[in-house]
Amino acid sequence: MAETASDTHDGPEGEETRRDFLLISTIAVGAAGAAVAAWPFIHMMNPSRDVLALASTEVDLEPIEEGQSITIVWRGKPVFIRKRTAKEIEIAKADDAATMKDPEADGTRVKKPEWLVMIGICTHLGCIPLGQKGSDPKGEFGGWFCPCHGSHYDTSGRIRKGPAPKNLPIPPYTFLDDTNIRIG
Amino acid sequence: MSENTRKFKNPVINWIEYRLPIFSFIDDSVGSNYPSPRNLNYWWNFGSLAGVTLVVMIATGIFLAMNYTPHVDMAFDSVERIMRDVNYGWLMRYVHMNGGTMFFIAVYIHIFRGMYYGSYKEPRELLWIIGIVIFLAMMATAFVGYVLPWGQMSFWGATVITNLFSVIPFFGDSIVQWLWGGFSVDNPTLNRFFSFHFLLPFVIFALVFLHLWALHEHKSNNPTGVEIKGDADVIPFHPYYTAKDAFGLGVFLIFFLGFTFFAPNFFGEPENYIRANPLVTPAEIVPEWYFLPYYAILRAVPDNFIDAWGILPVIITAKEAGVILMFASIIALAFLPWLDSSKVRSAKYRPIYKQLFWVFVADTFVLGYIGAHPAEGHFLLIGRIATAYYFFHLLILLPLLGRFEKTRPLPESISASVTNASSEEGQ
Ligand code: HEM
Ligand code: FES
Repeated sequence: MAETASDTHDGPEGEETRRDFLLISTIAVGAAGAAVAAWPFIHMMNPSRDVLALASTEVDLEPIEEGQSITIVWRGKPVFIRKRTAKEIEIAKADDAATMKDPEADGTRVKKPEWLVMIGICTHLGCIPLGQKGSDPKGEFGGWFCPCHGSHYDTSGRIRKGPAPKNLPIPPYTFLDDTNIRIG
Repeated sequence: MSENTRKFKNPVINWIEYRLPIFSFIDDSVGSNYPSPRNLNYWWNFGSLAGVTLVVMIATGIFLAMNYTPHVDMAFDSVERIMRDVNYGWLMRYVHMNGGTMFFIAVYIHIFRGMYYGSYKEPRELLWIIGIVIFLAMMATAFVGYVLPWGQMSFWGATVITNLFSVIPFFGDSIVQWLWGGFSVDNPTLNRFFSFHFLLPFVIFALVFLHLWALHEHKSNNPTGVEIKGDADVIPFHPYYTAKDAFGLGVFLIFFLGFTFFAPNFFGEPENYIRANPLVTPAEIVPEWYFLPYYAILRAVPDNFIDAWGILPVIITAKEAGVILMFASIIALAFLPWLDSSKVRSAKYRPIYKQLFWVFVADTFVLGYIGAHPAEGHFLLIGRIATAYYFFHLLILLPLLGRFEKTRPLPESISASVTNASSEEGQ
């Protein structure tokens, strides 16, 4: 229809006309408008301000004994905090040279060697690995073991065996003083 | 009066019909004026059974929603209240729970029927593809619905499945946060899942209309796979198939309500009667039975398979490959009309395909069995073989088979095949 009209009124056949220009620019503006209108809908599904406001957590490390772990909740996820024994630190350092799926030196995963802070979510499909309690299985490398599909993590939380592709992630955190940290 | 206005006996109906020709529409769609192949067997009942189940799901769902609270602190309790205190709440919930299962049973049979009789072939490709879209929408609906009672399996199923999207390159993590509306599966997630669970069945309803519209354009396929050629090949939908569908529905309801009343938790997972706990993963995360084959495919990709080849590791990991395979296993079905190269529709006249069809059915059962077990040892091995075979069947066997298979002679017409039934049977 548009063609017929422009063919007869606006110029020689087969050439672009003002009408084509109007048509294309109207469509372009309409599409841009639709995209702009879609954004609030899309963004409304992103984390809201109150969710973001609760995005950091402070933890007192004082009560944790050597060789003991605690689990705290940060952004709805479990964070493992472990005061490592000298032996564990030694093994973790010695293993830096071992072949790994996701090679990372123990030194880059901790701020202070005795404090290992990491997100306790298996990087495979999101289960919570075991190893926080003394009685838990700790896997072949003495760290954590994910029962869901059998991923073994070492004393630095690095993936050593099983389907998980990555080491247990380290959340952003800072030492406020010797015994207090803020995560997030 | 306009020509498309029919004369009905009842003057009120005629009055309405003149203004809104809805009665002739019904009559043309599922009534005496809709011609159907005269030889449809009971495998053709499952479309209407799926349709009835959809209506049952919507009806029970709306009443459940009147008593359900989509909040992490109250969802579990509100469901328990429905079970204990709300009048007939237990019935609504058990019908809805088992209805999901029945819906998938009906649709799986419906899909396999299409595969056996080659119903997806020209000119029914779009009809088929709309069917696959319906199937995907059903899976999405069932998945978000299962999260609502906020039990342990709800929570952990949601966690595992939403995490699948983290494999999307670059944007994976932001997409997962966007799906969650937070940093883990939490209250915002539950709220939006409830909203989607309410919406999607109506989307499915609309899709079913498109599905039937496409169906009515070229009419049903039939067991011979031969197109309708004349009046002798058809009978009116009403009363013949309305009666047959109604009988089938009776049998189906006995099965459906049998489970609902006598074994309502047969298809369920006891773990889901434990309140969701984000800090404790259940010993084993198993999805509902109808997702098991896909779950098996997801977990089938060997870790060292990737390492062994040396080229892939930079690009994809076993986890990513598993996710891709899982989605591919469904998308591949949409391409069946082009993957299957045989001109002959029905397996009845394709001696080799007929056997391969049943091998494929068996393969999906094996996958389902594997999906219910931990991915280790011989389960893992069998799962890998079954996954490989699934794709081998769809992507290699079907395209080749059409070229080499020697098919049986097709009957001249539907009516010829019916009237010569006794001689046909001997073959
Ligand atoms: C909510 C789900 C569905 C409903 C309510 C539904 C409904 C129906 C109905 C009532 C028919 C006509 C009767 C019959 O042939 O059984 C039909 C035909 C058909 N459906 Fe579906 N369907 C659904 C899902 C699917 C799916 C998932 C597929 C395939 C992937 C599919 C593929 C087909 C095909 C190919 C036909 C024409 C088959 C023939 O006449 O041989 N449908 N559907
Ligand atoms: S989720 Fe931990 S091994 Fe799969």
